[in-house]
Amino acid sequence: MSSAIRKNCFLISKLFKNVNNCSKRLSSHFIYFPDNEKPVDGETSKMNMMQAINNAMDITLKNDPTAVVFGEDVAFGGVFRCALGLQEKYGKDRVFNTPLCEQGIAGFGIGLATAGATAIAEIQFADYIFPAFDQLVNEAAKARYRSGGQFDCGALTVRTPCSAVGHGGLYHSQSPEAFFAHVPGLKVVVPRGPIAAKGLLLSCIRERDPCIFLEPKILYRSAAEEVPLEDYTLPLGEAQLLKEGDAATLIGWGTQVHVLLEVAQMAEEELGIKCDVIDLQSILPWDEDTVCNSVKKTGRCLISHEAPLTSGFGAELAATIQEECFLHLEAPIARVTGWDAPFPHVFEPFYLPDKWRCYHTLAELVKY
Amino acid sequence: MALKTSAGFLRLKHLKQVVRLLSAHTRPETVINGGKPAEFPGAKAPYVTQMKFLNETSYDPIPIYRVMENNGEIIDSREEPNIENETLINMYNTMVQLNNMDKILYESQRQGRISFYMTNYCEEGIHVGSAAALSPRDLVFAQYREVGVFLYRGVTVTELVNQCYGNHEDPGKGRQMPVHYGSKQFNLVTISSPLATQMPQAVGAAYAFKRVPNNDRCVICFFGEGAASEGDAHAAFNFAATLDCPVIMFCRNNGYAISTPAIEQYRGDGIAARGPSLGIQTVRVDGTDLLAVYNAVSRAREYAVTNNKPVLIEAMSYRVGHHSTSDDSSAYRSLEEIKKWNTDESPVQKFKLYLEHKGLWDVESDKTWNKEARNIVIKTMQEAEKKKLPNWKEMLEDVYYDMPPRIQKQMQQMEEHLKKYPEHYPLDQYQSD
Ligand SMILES: Cc1ncc(C[n+]2csc(CCOP(=O)(O)OP(=O)(O)O)c2C)c(N)n1
Ligand SMILES: [Mg+2]
Repeated sequence: MSSAIRKNCFLISKLFKNVNNCSKRLSSHFIYFPDNEKPVDGETSKMNMMQAINNAMDITLKNDPTAVVFGEDVAFGGVFRCALGLQEKYGKDRVFNTPLCEQGIAGFGIGLATAGATAIAEIQFADYIFPAFDQLVNEAAKARYRSGGQFDCGALTVRTPCSAVGHGGLYHSQSPEAFFAHVPGLKVVVPRGPIAAKGLLLSCIRERDPCIFLEPKILYRSAAEEVPLEDYTLPLGEAQLLKEGDAATLIGWGTQVHVLLEVAQMAEEELGIKCDVIDLQSILPWDEDTVCNSVKKTGRCLISHEAPLTSGFGAELAATIQEECFLHLEAPIARVTGWDAPFPHVFEPFYLPDKWRCYHTLAELVKY
Repeated sequence: MALKTSAGFLRLKHLKQVVRLLSAHTRPETVINGGKPAEFPGAKAPYVTQMKFLNETSYDPIPIYRVMENNGEIIDSREEPNIENETLINMYNTMVQLNNMDKILYESQRQGRISFYMTNYCEEGIHVGSAAALSPRDLVFAQYREVGVFLYRGVTVTELVNQCYGNHEDPGKGRQMPVHYGSKQFNLVTISSPLATQMPQAVGAAYAFKRVPNNDRCVICFFGEGAASEGDAHAAFNFAATLDCPVIMFCRNNGYAISTPAIEQYRGDGIAARGPSLGIQTVRVDGTDLLAVYNAVSRAREYAVTNNKPVLIEAMSYRVGHHSTSDDSSAYRSLEEIKKWNTDESPVQKFKLYLEHKGLWDVESDKTWNKEARNIVIKTMQEAEKKKLPNWKEMLEDVYYDMPPRIQKQMQQMEEHLKKYPEHYPLDQYQSD
């Protein structure tokens, strides 16, 4: 088969010489801003986000004999290869494939955690987490509460790739953080790159509450940083102020942080203003102090996420910000988000809250 | 799935015999409960005095129905379906067309012309055999690896290629990834990526058909052996059985779900074994034998429509290609393993030999049609590539029947934005107002 294909490939390239290429719409919509600050001293290694996540799971499997890693196609590393090599290293009883069933994966993970094991579950795409919704929302989130604190499944972490990749269409692009942010009892985290991913994932794994760890899949390979090799954690519930200014507060998480960093740069060059850029990181619980202190300082706020506008997590932020910072606000809080439609395949460049939409809104915001 | 050596497991008149079977052979026969079966609402079964766990070895494996030998010869002439020569040739042509489409579109993804693709190698017989046995009015719920069904129904290569490009002639308006075909005209429900969701939907559709006076339609639902692990699969089987729905639940068991081999997907006797246990008429066939698939689906269809009952078919096959263009299967299986499915067990090869035995086909006609089939795809691709993508506004259409004011407002915002920043958007690739 493959030789036939190779031959065909040659013939087709000849035939198609004159036809326009469509690479423009497949190119990525953001510039990656690597983290230069290291959370701990010591030896580092250049890792992309996939490798940093692999490293966090490796550390866990090494130090916690109860820890297991599982999900669809996880044995060979998972479709994004985050678990690559872990089965060889730790054995088939610790890193393994499950049958193809997300509700099963979540329920199985809850059971593991209930019985004292550390469960690291992978859902192949965040778009496919919905069959597990019942287990996560009604079971994982409520286990401690309904048992009067006797039982819990805090040792469960569900990792799942989320958000846009350029060509994912309806079911390989969604950012479902807001669904889970509506569930008291869960913690929801989205990293923006390798250093953050390692520290936050290790926190989630050790956290006493069940965590949903949403990994922007476009960053797996495109983002590389010098990641400390040793064990470190980054606190959940804390945002990071990545850039400082006084004109406005820009808030995002995951891939969108990089869009906002570029927007802040554009605003500096084009409008001569400086902005605070905040990576929320923790969606639930979120860092009201960092956000509100910044907005009180700047008086203007732009929130941006890939998920649709209506009932997106930006709505929760905006409501709290206006409550806490009302007298400091110089303009209505702005939201730049995906539109209220499913995530479309060929229209992705028009759907995303890209730098031009964010920049335009910011320019209006500071003029208000 | 009869209990070993006993065909009359559930027939109550053979109660005594059954009691003997399930108990230890050394014990004398005892009559329990006056020889009457239990009357629990949940089970009408005989009583026994010895406990015995049943497991997969308690039953013979469900056999695999075949009509053809690998060399294309009919094994039992009574099983050779009576299909007109012209139809036979059309069936073969569809498989070859499918192969050519797969080769070229797979490669075109490699060159970045389309964003994604999935091939169908070694499952061509499943597609064409089942499609040919159905009425064109039967409703199809597909998973994604069934494009041969679409071709056989009459969807053109052009329509399929347009979908892969997401251009303005794609009936799905460019919204879905490649291979998510759908055609209302040909009764092919648009494919959705989340696995197994189509299964209970197919059952519901069959229930609706059943209620139509003088119904002569059934529903067929395709799904992989991997998808069969989802909760929705169980729901579908159980609904189909309890609500008596004229639906054919067709499992394509190709041995893999991405990298996960069948042995890690389920234990026991495959997907077929689930049928009888849920009260569903079930058959297992060789999916590389087009005629076996054809017979199974024809008889399943007749049974389903006549009796308003579901049928489960498990067609055994092998996924010869990578899972998709996002996958490299050399990471989890050997080339050696693939070989025989590409040669001796190739459904296309077997069916070609069958046609040759019948004098309907020869090397020359094969060469000619392969060349033509290939040209059809290449020509279509050249045209598809020149076609613009749909107007960006299609992004916000069809979310609701009527566009709510909030979405209208968003459309307006984007329109103004594009007026201001046109140079930052690939507008020239999309149709304009
Ligand atoms: C709910 C859900 N979970 C996971 C996936 C990702 N996924 C796509 S195809 C696939 C394997 C399916 O295997 P199978 O059903 O055997 O079909 P095959 O690809 O072998 O034809 C997986 C896991 C998905 N599409 N939907
Ligand atoms: Mg399969």
